[in-house]
Amino acid sequence: MVSKLSITLLAVAALTTTARAQDKTSDVIARGEYLARAGDCTACHTAPEGRLFAGGRAMPTPFGTIYTSNITPDPEAGIGKWTADDFYRTMHSGRFPDGGLIYPAMPFASYTKVTRADSDAIFAYLRSIAPVNQKNKPHELRFPYDNRQLILGWRTLFFSEGEFKPDPSKSAEWNRGAYLVEGLGHCGMCHSPINALGGTSQSDAFKGGLIPMQNWYAPSLTSNREAGLGDWSIKDITDLLQTGVSARGVVYGPMAEVVHNSLQYLNDADTKAMAVYLKGIAEGSSPPPASTVLPNTESSLLISLGKTVYDKNCASCHGTQGEGRPPHWPPLANNQSIEMQSAVNPIRMVLNGGYPPGTEGNPMPYGMPPFAGLLSDNEVAAVVSYIRTAWGNRGSPVSAREANELRSAPLN
Amino acid sequence: MFARDAAIAAALVILAAFDGAAAQTANQPPDTMSARVEACTPCHGNKGEGTSDVYFPRLAGKPSGYLYNQLLAFRSGRRKYPPMNYLLEFLPDPYLEAMAEYFAGEHPPLPQPAPSEVSKDVMAQGELLVTGGDAGRNIPACVSCHGPGLTGMQPGIPGLLGLRAAYISAQLGAWRYGTRTAKSPDCMQVVAGHLTEADVTAVAAWLAARPATDNPAPVPKGTYALPFGCGSQPN
Ligand code: HEC
Ligand code: HEC
Ligand code: HEC
Ligand code: HEC
Ligand code: HEC
Repeated sequence: MVSKLSITLLAVAALTTTARAQDKTSDVIARGEYLARAGDCTACHTAPEGRLFAGGRAMPTPFGTIYTSNITPDPEAGIGKWTADDFYRTMHSGRFPDGGLIYPAMPFASYTKVTRADSDAIFAYLRSIAPVNQKNKPHELRFPYDNRQLILGWRTLFFSEGEFKPDPSKSAEWNRGAYLVEGLGHCGMCHSPINALGGTSQSDAFKGGLIPMQNWYAPSLTSNREAGLGDWSIKDITDLLQTGVSARGVVYGPMAEVVHNSLQYLNDADTKAMAVYLKGIAEGSSPPPASTVLPNTESSLLISLGKTVYDKNCASCHGTQGEGRPPHWPPLANNQSIEMQSAVNPIRMVLNGGYPPGTEGNPMPYGMPPFAGLLSDNEVAAVVSYIRTAWGNRGSPVSAREANELRSAPLN
Repeated sequence: MFARDAAIAAALVILAAFDGAAAQTANQPPDTMSARVEACTPCHGNKGEGTSDVYFPRLAGKPSGYLYNQLLAFRSGRRKYPPMNYLLEFLPDPYLEAMAEYFAGEHPPLPQPAPSEVSKDVMAQGELLVTGGDAGRNIPACVSCHGPGLTGMQPGIPGLLGLRAAYISAQLGAWRYGTRTAKSPDCMQVVAGHLTEADVTAVAAWLAARPATDNPAPVPKGTYALPFGCGSQPN
């Protein structure tokens, strides 16, 4: 990633020398680069070890594999022949220059909120990077999903075209945050039960924000029982978004990618605006008290095994009372992200371990070892059940079967 | 009297402040590399000495340039082992370099070799290939790159001591089937391409049976010339 970054910087540096003459142009390009970061275009349009924005990254979906496009200014392979109008049409209406329909794996359902001026800045930036002559790979979608006309149905149900409309009853800061979160940030693409990757979510498997194919649960950003940030301080939220770690919790899995490629580059004012908005949309009510359902004999046995596993394997970092050593070793007591109804994330954390992303604010993060090879299904279920219910946490126990199923979840 | 009370009070305040500061640091994980790589140690051992799992390699004492190249390759997915690809995905270059240097600087003793199950003939074939190669089949002696003492060379050539047969044959197999690649020109791919299944078994067995030496440190860069170029070893 850093190497990709330095390619960007080089490209921009090369560019700025030629564009010196028109200072205004270089300002627009710099703003466009910043906005492209806020939109995390690179997450999809740059392949691992590939050239910047040359596309070709495989996106597995339940309907087959989609390959992202080359959006460098190469006239044949990329978007070198496009006009700013063409580009705005893609961002705003989800259509190719010839009117063809774009798959919603490209998050135009969010980008439609982006203003014309911001779209033009991103386009100016994309015109300034190195062209790469790399042909787009054809998608490998199964019948009937290879028929783009099907996208019409999706659009009718889930797409409402239109730029962001500020809410006059809210502060300018709140509105800026809303613009970034709902628009370029495309946070809703993962953080909502119906998401573009899974299409219509007819299958139960996609309920509640489980990201298809990846098997991570993207929590609700409005419910304080999930990732609602109603009772977080603004500082804890900005820490989380900017550095990947905070006194309340850390990011991991797909969210680590978002912080790594995108959020860490936002300036303080924009980060704070997002925090204000995110705190604002969380439900006002505090979460309900600990579940009163008494554990049955089996789950209490599970939980007592869980305590044994925890004291031996986890307490050295997360503390005997789940207090952790924040921000680097996150607290597990009163940590929403392990108490949610879906236990997918804490189970996967225990199986796979992880590092928060290395960011400018936290360049050498501390890590957690994977326990997949060290603990049995029963022990994983036990320790996850324990951390979800100990120290006043309000989660429910999980079964060994759930733990076993997640052993085969993809790791990339 | 009053003055003394004030002085004691001041001292207490200072002490309390000090205590607070100490408690703060005490409440943070140790600011060391060894605490930062705790995610690696269940598989690679606390000092990178390896663990009982025969597929998990020793890291300690290998040239840091070599280790760094491997971490870059795992991060990009070019070298595949999903649990490690996942851990490294969002870590920046300088941090991977620091991890590489950390393990390169650790020197736990080499393990005693495990008893081998292969026949004497196979061992002899392994020794021949490692120390002399087989010119007729275009196989260079492994020692011509990995060093006469098999301790490797700075910065990019790893020693081959302290590795288990299962790991060595898995790596040679990965090169033969193209799932492990190194910087181009990938000399190990050329070497592995000339080896048969039986050769792999033989060299792996013989290498894994080398007795522990006292000084497994890689020799300095340029100590000897390689028979042909390797992208991982800039000259
Ligand atoms: C979640 C992944 C994802 C993100 C993030 C993303 N894109 Fe895309 N984009 C795609 C995919 C997939 C396609 C191909 C869609 C198709 O073929 O219908 C695409 C297509 C495009 C195209 C059409 C190009 C062509 O000729 O096919 C443009 C332009 C584009 N994206 C620009 C952007 C910009 C600018 C950003 C950042 C603001 C961005 N994308 C972010 C996935 C993404
Ligand atoms: C690629 C999918 C994806 C995108 C895009 C995404 N998220 Fe997330 N997010 C996740 C997942 C999965 C989790 C659960 C893992 C975790 O807690 O880090 C998560 C967790 C979170 C959390 C909770 C962290 C905690 O410790 O409780 C917050 C807050 C959050 N996301 C905010 C955002 C914001 C704001 C955006 C847009 C800028 C965004 N996310 C975009 C997938 C995504
Ligand atoms: C070496 C220290 C260490 C050990 C031991 C450890 N963890 Fe962690 N844990 C961490 C770190 C660091 C993170 C943040 C990882 C990330 O962001 O990817 C973390 C994250 C977590 C999370 C996600 C927290 C959040 O904010 O969402 C859970 C759940 C968790 N650990 C549970 C456990 C359990 C259960 C064990 C024992 C089986 C354990 N950990 C052992 C260091 C450790
Ligand atoms: C789940 C076990 C596991 C964990 C955790 C793990 N590794 Fe590995 N590591 C392996 C295995 C297995 C291989 C060999 C993979 C292969 O077959 O190529 C390996 C290979 C390596 C290599 C290449 C060694 C060589 O001689 O070529 C390096 C370097 C390395 N790991 C460093 C790390 C670091 C640093 C961490 C922590 C951030 C880590 N590993 C975490 C299992 C693990
Ligand atoms: C032309 C020089 C050259 C020759 C000859 C050579 N090697 Fe290598 N070997 C290398 C280099 C360079 C690397 C490091 C590649 C990388 O960066 O991944 C390597 C790596 C290895 C590794 C991986 C070590 C680890 O810890 O994962 C093994 C195993 C290995 N070689 C075995 C052999 C054997 C067996 C032979 C003889 C049959 C041999 N090599 C001959 C240059 C050579």
